[in-house]
Amino acid sequence: MSEPLHRALGLTDDEYDRIVETLGRKPNRNELAMFGVMWSEHCSYKSSKVYLRTLPTEGSAVLVGPGQDAGVVDVGDGLAVAFKMESHSHPSAIEPYQGAATGIGGIVRDIISMGARPIALLDPLYFGPLTEPRNRWLLEGVVAGIGGYGNCIGVPTVGGEVRFAEPHSLNPTINVMCVGIAPRERLVTSSSRQVHEGSIMILFGASTGRDGIGGVSVLASRTLEEGSAESRPSVQIGDPFAGKLLIEASLELADRDLLEGLQDLGGAGLTCATSESAARAGMGAQIDLDAVPLREQNLEVFEILTSESQERMLAIVEPSKVAEVQEVCARWGLATAVLGRMVPGDGLRITMGGTVVAEVPARSLADEGPIYDRALAAPADLAALHEDDPTFATVMADPREAFLAVLGSPNVASMRSVWEQYDSLVQGGTVLGPGGDAALVRIEGTVKAIALSTDAKGRFGHLDPYLGAAHAVAEAARNVAMTGATPLAITNCLNFGNPERPEVMWQFAESVRGMADACRALDTPVTGGNVSFYNESGGSAIWPTPTIGMLGLLEDHRLALRTAFPTTGSIYLLGETFPELGGSEFAETVLGRISGRPPELDLVRERALHRLIADAAQAVLLVSAHDCSDGGLAVALAESAMAGGTGFAISLPGDVPWYVTLFSESASRAVVSVAPENAAKLEVLASEHGVPFARIGETGGPRMVFDALFEVDLAEASDLYEDTIPKLLAG
Amino acid sequence: MRRPRVGVVTFPGSLDDRDALRAVGAMGGEGVPLWHAERDLRDADAVILPGGFSYGDYLRCGAIARFAPIMEEVVRFAGAGGPVVGICNGFQILCEAGLLPGALIRNRSLRFVCRVVDVRVETSLSPLTEGLVAGDVLQIPVKHGEGQFVASGEDLARVEGDGLVVFRYCAPDGTVDDGHNVNGAANAIAGVRNDVGNVVGLMPHPEHAVDPDVGPTGGQPLLASLLSRALARV
Repeated sequence: MSEPLHRALGLTDDEYDRIVETLGRKPNRNELAMFGVMWSEHCSYKSSKVYLRTLPTEGSAVLVGPGQDAGVVDVGDGLAVAFKMESHSHPSAIEPYQGAATGIGGIVRDIISMGARPIALLDPLYFGPLTEPRNRWLLEGVVAGIGGYGNCIGVPTVGGEVRFAEPHSLNPTINVMCVGIAPRERLVTSSSRQVHEGSIMILFGASTGRDGIGGVSVLASRTLEEGSAESRPSVQIGDPFAGKLLIEASLELADRDLLEGLQDLGGAGLTCATSESAARAGMGAQIDLDAVPLREQNLEVFEILTSESQERMLAIVEPSKVAEVQEVCARWGLATAVLGRMVPGDGLRITMGGTVVAEVPARSLADEGPIYDRALAAPADLAALHEDDPTFATVMADPREAFLAVLGSPNVASMRSVWEQYDSLVQGGTVLGPGGDAALVRIEGTVKAIALSTDAKGRFGHLDPYLGAAHAVAEAARNVAMTGATPLAITNCLNFGNPERPEVMWQFAESVRGMADACRALDTPVTGGNVSFYNESGGSAIWPTPTIGMLGLLEDHRLALRTAFPTTGSIYLLGETFPELGGSEFAETVLGRISGRPPELDLVRERALHRLIADAAQAVLLVSAHDCSDGGLAVALAESAMAGGTGFAISLPGDVPWYVTLFSESASRAVVSVAPENAAKLEVLASEHGVPFARIGETGGPRMVFDALFEVDLAEASDLYEDTIPKLLAG
Repeated sequence: MRRPRVGVVTFPGSLDDRDALRAVGAMGGEGVPLWHAERDLRDADAVILPGGFSYGDYLRCGAIARFAPIMEEVVRFAGAGGPVVGICNGFQILCEAGLLPGALIRNRSLRFVCRVVDVRVETSLSPLTEGLVAGDVLQIPVKHGEGQFVASGEDLARVEGDGLVVFRYCAPDGTVDDGHNVNGAANAIAGVRNDVGNVVGLMPHPEHAVDPDVGPTGGQPLLASLLSRALARV
């Protein structure tokens, strides 16, 4: 006997019973397909909802919190910034180029559906080691796909990160963040726009085909196992040219005040867009599928309803404005179709060829999916991992060799060969592009700039998911602070394994708790995000990877701080270094161990550091500032030196092992440089903020001199730092 | 006296059109938006075809854009001696339209590249290089996947022999060598002009090298030159 249809669609028997109960009858095939996609993990957040509700979401700057296409933050001057992060890991694992490309298209549509112009993209990517040919293929394909789409739509890619760890070998983690800007009054949100009964739903953009059927359920809400390549037809195909036209047309519609609502068609296609629009408006909708422009004839009804064909948008428009909307779309060469209208009640009634093919309550699809409070259990091997603390290991390594090993490790080395494949300059606002602590994008018409960083802490999260997530928030905020900006709010993408496994669910719960505590302490509320479960194969999950996307504001971009050392300056280490090598780059690269406990995190100290840097930037005291994280003090110094093309000489404390001083990854630290005449002022300011400081050396010369321990020519270090990734990619 | 008007054409898929308009304004000119579907240069004194991916570049870069209605006017304008500049995709369009010699193919690396490069000025006889002298080195970013300039042996000999090369990729000290040839272009050619000297195309983006807050300033003298050439027509 073959598998019942509902199971093939990813629904459990209990969920099926619930649908029958909701409808008071058995669902037909089309309705079942609609529930299948909308109640998928990807769309319904059924395993994560109980935890996501505990996140801090309110703050003075937050205009739109979680639940809409993107979060929105007030940046003053009547302007609002919309931002959102998503994953496209599952499709990218199967077809890296299109998977990544359509990830860009999707996140960009989330931003334009708020009425905001996309001004920046960031791509945090996590792969398995590049020594494996398949991982090289994945990275090359994903990066080409991001460039292939992003470079063609005129949105600069200004940041992100690339990291490597074995658990991401079969399941690369592909996240993308988009940031947009709009005048506050032009925002298209469910609270700023009133949808009326009788208003018209207009579908515009690309036609609908068979690509991406069941992308959210078949691909994104299941683990990838042998034979996953057969689900390649579930991967959508992107058309960046159409995406660019969609941006311009959508923004013109918003500019001309023609919209009551705007929604993108992404995961779960037409079903999601129509049911969410109706549910948000507290209405029903009458939809006629005969109007949908099709790429090929003979599409089944359920295919039209769940296709994830790209570059489509749904506008809700007053009847009197339909003609003008069609005119704008035509000017941009986009097809429009009058799909239906908003009606009283809550029923979503779908017809084709004059007969009703589906009729379900919109809310039951969009808002009333199942919610699970799944079993939790800490992984059994954690205690042993904590026990094996590399901080107390016997270190036989040569300090110079250790330094070069860490600097040339793929997780530290320069990603220039990746980000040079992205257009980081278009739109002309990129004050700081990829490669520094945070990106800085000028807000046109003002002297303000927004600071952006994406961060995840894979090893830390593996060893302690609570601390991993809290560190990710702290580091993202610190990166933003290093430009002189003040952290404002976050978005996120929570990447985990199979939530039906108690160990994974425990990691998730702990991560959310860590993220919530850090966001509360740093006053950076959560404005939205995305959950990506089922990132595992053969029972082996990715490390818990909550990726944080931080948004900060710098009042005057002309005061922006950079990482580069000056040829003459005094170097200060801000913050305190403890013997904390657990989960460090040094422990993995030099000692071959990913174990111990991550560094402690004191969020009060963390925030004090951010405020100190902001005040020092405002007072124009600093010449450079750089976050001290992966690879510790040694890497922070080397990166500032290489960026400035100048060396340094530092002294090391005699009573602490060199590997602790140089490679401990204690939190809440930064390496800054000042002109000698400002040193005293910096010390006073640091004391006022309660931030420990130490003058550790001076910049200058062609070498990096680590006391009497060792020295390295800047050129040798730069070659190593720049060549690591290209060499690995060359196989 | 009015400011020189520099028209910037927006094709579907143009991306750096707003940036070019902003740069023209920052240098003291008046940026005039032009629309691909119209046959009107709106009294422009000079025309820029900006960067981007016109029509998605799905057929061949610039191959469709050359048939846009506005291009008839651009060709007429160029024929009458009007200064015309093609940047990146605009350069590709000018080659496709036959206004400039050669063609642009995929980078030698087969990868898109976004990088600040050094370019050496080869001649002052172009709308972008008046006031500069051969040997001047400018820092300007490139960002393209298909910027490798190629030409048949005969064409290349003519381009070189007639002094049509306007820019070459080079080292910071002006030395032309393979290591600094960012896309593998024939003879490291970054930009060329037509015989008459009023039409020029280049892969580097001068409009992204005007504002010191966001990058290098090697584009300033180029746009200043274009404005002075345009002013001469006012």
